Amino acid sequence: MARIGVFVCHCGTNISATVDVKKVAEIAKGFPGVKFATDYRYMCSEPGQDLIQKMVKEHNLTRIVVAACSPSLHEKTFRTCTQNAGLNPYFFEMANIREQCSWVHDDREEATLKAIDIVKLATAKVGKNNPLQTTFIPVEKKVLIIGGGISGIQAAIDVAFNGFKAVIVEREPSIGGRMAMFDKTFPTLDCAACILTPKMVEVNQSDLIKLYTYSEVEEVSGYVGNFKVKIRRKARLVDENKCNGCGTCWQRCPVRLPSEFDMNLGKRKAIYVPFPQAVPNVPVIDQKHCLYINKKKCGICKKVCPFEAIDYEQEDEVIEEQFGAIIVATGFTMFDHSIYGEYGYGKYKNVTTGLHFERMLNSSGPTGGKIVRPSDGKEAKKVVFIQCVGSRDEARGMPYCSRLCCMYTAKQALLLKEHNPEAEAYVFYIDIRAAGKNYEEFVERVQDEYGATYLRGRVSKIFQRNGRLMVRGCDTLSGTQIEIDADLVVLATALIARPDAIKLAQMLHIPYDQNRLFTEAHPKLAPVETVTTGVFLTGACQSPKDIPDTVATASAASVKACGLLSHEKLPIDPQIARVDVEICSGCLACKEVCPFGAIEKEEIVDRVTQQKRWVAKVAPSLCNGCGACNTACRPGAIDLDGFTEEQIFGQIESLTADKGNER
Amino acid sequence: MMKVAYYPGCSLHSTAREYDISFQLVCRKLGIELQEIPHWVCCGSSPAHVTSHLLSIALPCKNLILAEEMGLDTVVAPCAACFNRLKIAKQEVAEDSKLKKEVQEVLGKPSAGKIEVKHPLQVIIEDVGLKKVEEMTRRKLQGLRVASYYGCLLVRPPSVINFDDPEDPQSMDNLVSALGGEALPWAFKTECCGASFSLSETDIVFELSGEILNEALEAGAECILVACPLCQSNLDLRQKGIEKRRGKKFNLPILYFTELLGLALGMSMRQLGLSRHIVNPSKLLERKLAVT
Ligand SMILES: Cc1cc2nc3c(=O)[nH]c(=O)nc-3n(C[C@H](O)[C@H](O)[C@H](O)COP(=O)(O)OP(=O)(O)OC[C@H]3O[C@@H](n4cnc5c(N)ncnc54)[C@H](O)[C@@H]3O)c2cc1C
Ligand code: SF4
Repeated sequence: MARIGVFVCHCGTNISATVDVKKVAEIAKGFPGVKFATDYRYMCSEPGQDLIQKMVKEHNLTRIVVAACSPSLHEKTFRTCTQNAGLNPYFFEMANIREQCSWVHDDREEATLKAIDIVKLATAKVGKNNPLQTTFIPVEKKVLIIGGGISGIQAAIDVAFNGFKAVIVEREPSIGGRMAMFDKTFPTLDCAACILTPKMVEVNQSDLIKLYTYSEVEEVSGYVGNFKVKIRRKARLVDENKCNGCGTCWQRCPVRLPSEFDMNLGKRKAIYVPFPQAVPNVPVIDQKHCLYINKKKCGICKKVCPFEAIDYEQEDEVIEEQFGAIIVATGFTMFDHSIYGEYGYGKYKNVTTGLHFERMLNSSGPTGGKIVRPSDGKEAKKVVFIQCVGSRDEARGMPYCSRLCCMYTAKQALLLKEHNPEAEAYVFYIDIRAAGKNYEEFVERVQDEYGATYLRGRVSKIFQRNGRLMVRGCDTLSGTQIEIDADLVVLATALIARPDAIKLAQMLHIPYDQNRLFTEAHPKLAPVETVTTGVFLTGACQSPKDIPDTVATASAASVKACGLLSHEKLPIDPQIARVDVEICSGCLACKEVCPFGAIEKEEIVDRVTQQKRWVAKVAPSLCNGCGACNTACRPGAIDLDGFTEEQIFGQIESLTADKGNER
Repeated sequence: MMKVAYYPGCSLHSTAREYDISFQLVCRKLGIELQEIPHWVCCGSSPAHVTSHLLSIALPCKNLILAEEMGLDTVVAPCAACFNRLKIAKQEVAEDSKLKKEVQEVLGKPSAGKIEVKHPLQVIIEDVGLKKVEEMTRRKLQGLRVASYYGCLLVRPPSVINFDDPEDPQSMDNLVSALGGEALPWAFKTECCGASFSLSETDIVFELSGEILNEALEAGAECILVACPLCQSNLDLRQKGIEKRRGKKFNLPILYFTELLGLALGMSMRQLGLSRHIVNPSKLLERKLAVT
């Protein structure tokens, strides 16, 4: 017969203000099997835990119940405490009388009665607990990084620095992300390529880092330590092993198309690398527009390639690899301003966005570093920047501040002036948010030294007159209406989640918020973790971030991932499903309902008939102990360790048997 | 034949007689029977909603109730301001049960809620259809260059009006194209003309309506098409004054879309009451459309 000890916590006044803890302990003494019960101010404190261990010895206790807060907070604490007292850690139950009782009630008497019932349930269960042993699974010492922007690149470098392997899966033909599009970066104005390309090269050359560009994650199963991931490597139609990036193919390709990387301001070919410093420096064939693929004509690239690297027959390949941890680094996209009628519904060619402007500033960009009007290619001398487009607009855009557009607008106004000191820069703003190291000073400089004109107010209308853009807005500081005839308008559009964010979140079992941004496990204390153990976040996929913040989170996420990988094996909770093969009829209804794919079919030889037959088998590393199979199993062959039928029915009986007697 | 309740509002019985005349003629031709609401009252327009919110809702509601009592399911209001007030009143009462009760008390009748409020443009485009209008056209507009001006009330606020685009509306432009005219793209379709400041702060109207005329002219317009009596009167009546202040000749006839439609359907200028305009359209129309 189990000898149970009950410990009732006050949690300061969190519990004791609403629940009569002394009474709860007193009554618990009368429950079957309870040999000792007491209350204490803070059970989780060191003296509280010492008390448990002391009483175990003194009263020869074999089972422990702590009536306190939620198991999600302190179950682990008291399991360890139970173990330290010399008992199996699963000879412990937690009765939640705080979140499920004292915090949600105010009638002290009623709350006390409810707390008594909760404790009673726990004592009824703990008496029937089986000793469980923690098992361990080996850890796959490799990190998957989804997205090869600056955040994914930095994460890979840090993982490799710690001696672990990393794989970057990048959707585009090259890594680099948005940063590769920029000319210079705020607030120090160092050239983006000069600080980014060395990192791209490092990633490419590292023995520990593997790059899958032009690839996408298709399916993720498994569990921390052992994620099984299917990756689709889209057909490049170019053999990466043979190509040396000489460029003969794209020089000779006759098809000219708008370049997405250049925001359609420049052209690319049907076989192309998105930008000169691309990593890997291997082109892809755009199958939609290639003449050979569509009409069986042309075929020039294959003819001219000196290395016979072109392979029109190449097909998509789906590979499967295992990873110990996953870092999500998929970045952001830009808000589509064409919903704004006042800015011309995206119809005016010379109303552009910050990313267009970045490409124009870039000396290796489509305009060779000249700021021009996209409509006629003439130099743009008068440029109006409009901030908060799609940000801070609950009605039509995103409710949040995108955090860095104030800064990149200031940078762009400055660079405009540097490119052409005669140029005029006007910036319409709501207010300036420049809360970063040296940021405020930077914005001041742009106004004072570079003479950018800052106007506090919104633009009500942009229209065309005689081929020029008329920008009409208000300056709320001088209280006047302003009309500027501009060559070019640059909208600082909001940074938003990528269109496929939800699909990816569902694949990884991670939550996202109302704006489709991935949600961290805790906004303050677990900013790069997710609620799914082993999946981490970095960069702008979580919220708008500038490069310093992106790099910081990338390093943080890789430290967390490496921390996991530094273990030889990871403990898995033994509270999982167990199949009694004697009873199992092999119908596999359980396999249908298991959300984690933890049930497989196994062939056994029947003990009685000596015939072969199928039964269900649980993969311990995949089972989460949710219990879905438990309820689906018709013959009742599946039980859940830690929540066995015997335990649950024992609880129900304890409440119903003599209801009211001891009240 | 389609039957709708007709709410002319004060302007169409006074300064905008020609809008009333041309609308009625056009409807007859297109097979729409208009039944004027008996004993309708003023919608309250701007004065009501700057003085009493309740009044500004109760007045339109009274007209909606009268229309409902006629047993019809649609009321049509050609004046953009009336149209706007009727729509707003209907929506506010539907969304605010306290207001609904107050209105009921004031009017002594349960407030209307079922009747649909439409602008003539909606009836012509949504119910008759441009295809039918095009088929019935007897006199093509011969590429007449038209700047369609919608004003600020006809399509806004979008959450209440729920008709056409609030920044770049197209319905009148589509009508012009269907009739064989050239619908000019321009940017001042929904700018404010100064509205009722015409009497109290005339300078504002000179400024705002002046800009509209100027943009239309720059866009190459030969005339401006409107769907609101107040817009019409500001652009037409004040045009001489604006010309003087700006030192620039506009000479832009300001036509109701019903007038142009009437001409296209084969009616004469005299029938449509076109002589009532200040800027005389007859020269342009005679020259371009050979009408009398
Ligand atoms: C106009 C503009 C100017 C800026 N200027 C500056 C500046 O001067 N200084 C500064 O500090 N910051 C600047 N920023 C911010 C900077 O762009 C971001 O901080 C940075 O790009 C974030 O990096 P990231 O890796 O998180 O995202 P990204 O750069 O967006 O990279 C994400 C990568 O993931 C890939 N990807 C996405 N989804 C998938 C998927 N499902 N599977 C595989 N791959 C995927 C994408 O193709 C991309 O390569 C600017 C931003 C803008 C818009
Ligand atoms: S960072 Fe500046 S421009 Fe961007 S949303 Fe915030 S306040 Fe607006």
